[in-house]
Amino acid sequence: MKELAFFLLSGAALGGLYGLLALGFVVIYKATHVLNFAHGSFVLLGAYVVARFSSWSFWGALAIGVLVTVVLALLAERLLIRTMAGRAVLSVTIMTVGLDIVLLTAARTEINTQLLPTRDPWGDKQVVLLGLVMPQARLVALLVSIVVAVSFFIWLRYSRWGLAFRAATEKREAAALMGIGLGTLSALAWAIAGALATVSGVLLATYPYPGVNLDLGTIALAALPAAVIGGLESAPGAIIGGLIVGIGQILVQGYQEYLTWLGAGFHEVFTFGLMLLVLLVRPQGLFGQKEIVRA
Amino acid sequence: MSTPDLAVADLTVRFGGVTALDHVSFDVMPGRIHAVIGPNGAGKSTVFNTISNLVPLDEGSVHLAGVRIDGRSAHESAAAGVGRTFQNLGLFSDMTVEENLLLGTYLRGRAGWLACALRLPSATLEARRMRAEVSDVAATVGISDLLKQTQTSLSYGDRKRVELARALCMRPTVLLLDEPVAGMNPLESATMTGTIRSINEALGLTTLLVEHDMNMVMSLADTVTVLNFGRMIADGPPDVVRKDPAVVEAYLGAPSDTDSSTKEHA
Repeated sequence: MKELAFFLLSGAALGGLYGLLALGFVVIYKATHVLNFAHGSFVLLGAYVVARFSSWSFWGALAIGVLVTVVLALLAERLLIRTMAGRAVLSVTIMTVGLDIVLLTAARTEINTQLLPTRDPWGDKQVVLLGLVMPQARLVALLVSIVVAVSFFIWLRYSRWGLAFRAATEKREAAALMGIGLGTLSALAWAIAGALATVSGVLLATYPYPGVNLDLGTIALAALPAAVIGGLESAPGAIIGGLIVGIGQILVQGYQEYLTWLGAGFHEVFTFGLMLLVLLVRPQGLFGQKEIVRA
Repeated sequence: MSTPDLAVADLTVRFGGVTALDHVSFDVMPGRIHAVIGPNGAGKSTVFNTISNLVPLDEGSVHLAGVRIDGRSAHESAAAGVGRTFQNLGLFSDMTVEENLLLGTYLRGRAGWLACALRLPSATLEARRMRAEVSDVAATVGISDLLKQTQTSLSYGDRKRVELARALCMRPTVLLLDEPVAGMNPLESATMTGTIRSINEALGLTTLLVEHDMNMVMSLADTVTVLNFGRMIADGPPDVVRKDPAVVEAYLGAPSDTDSSTKEHA
């Protein structure tokens, strides 16, 4: 029982991080209908900047990291979205793949095989929670994920900007005629995704990764199924999708001795298998709305 | 002579080889209700869409209270003072009526996104003030009891009233009403007509409306512009326009038809 509780808590911590990553995809997708494949390199870049400056101050480095990824995201929005306005969304999506390759190549020359510490304040300390000995990093990941997700939803639900964001993602023309600047909201969506990238990147570099290395750039791809499972148009779906993937992954990994009949590396493909299953049954994701097309 | 609140001059719009609007001109004076009528495909909605800057002009100009607004983006038109409703409802489905109305106050809000995210006192205070405004407008339009409902739970007539209230929340210089009573039953239609009249009288709000219900148009409008195939065939007071032979031939039909019909033909 204790083992199961441990797996569930660890899974929730990992799932919270997947949720934040998925939220980065969803926010941009809702605002611009672009699937940003460069999100992974934003995560890596943000975490790398924090690692580079953290010898001075972790919190100062975190602020710089957020600033860098927000500026990068705004530049990407300006170059890709604004200059490609009116063109096929698929073209812009493919351009984000190109941006991802450029950023990862640049990161490879900088990071190479290094494992950079973020010097976070919680380090590898352990805490006892409900009789379970847990690495503090996992609890911090869980706590930060909850705080960020709840803050985002309060902003979305109760602020004039959140209201405008919801309106613009539902009926762009009607929103514009209410005086809502669609360009401003598009930039805001990218900026939010940029900030989320650094926060999730730093947390991932403490759990499950031991520091910042190149693998961090591919983690966002692992979170993409979370966004798809939850529904690419649903912010709450992103968080719930993240939790499903995170808890599922940890459980499959933890109980793999009972799942050998599924193959040795099943935990690695579990997420994508689950995504395929959800897409087969509910193509719009668990919380996405079915698109109605007039015949 | 005072400046018109809305001055449309030589409005010309072409979609490929089709001329949707051909040098259409009219003025709407402050506090007046001006109707644009015509058969389907006459270009009425295109007039609205060009004033709102959803459709670009090929020729001509649009001035709002003396300021040229054509060539701007849709949200800049709204900021300049154009408030409108939609022929096919433009309400947001996953929002409550109150939230839909709050969107109408969006332009007057000053709280930045960060202040909103951090729920700073300035942002909270502003939100409270906007809610009070929304509540006042809802009372004016008679939808106070609907504020907490989502628009999907409302009747068609109520949704139209919510749209009107949302446009009023924008405090526009000119209110554009796109078929405000279309799809309503006679009772709802009469209520809506009364509401528009009382708002116009109380606020002196300059209004441009497109409508097929001739009884409503003739009883409500101070001036009527008639379009046919994108061209203006008449412009003037309702009593004069309804007797214009060109209008009778193109749109209204025999006089006896116009007297009795409540809904115009397709």
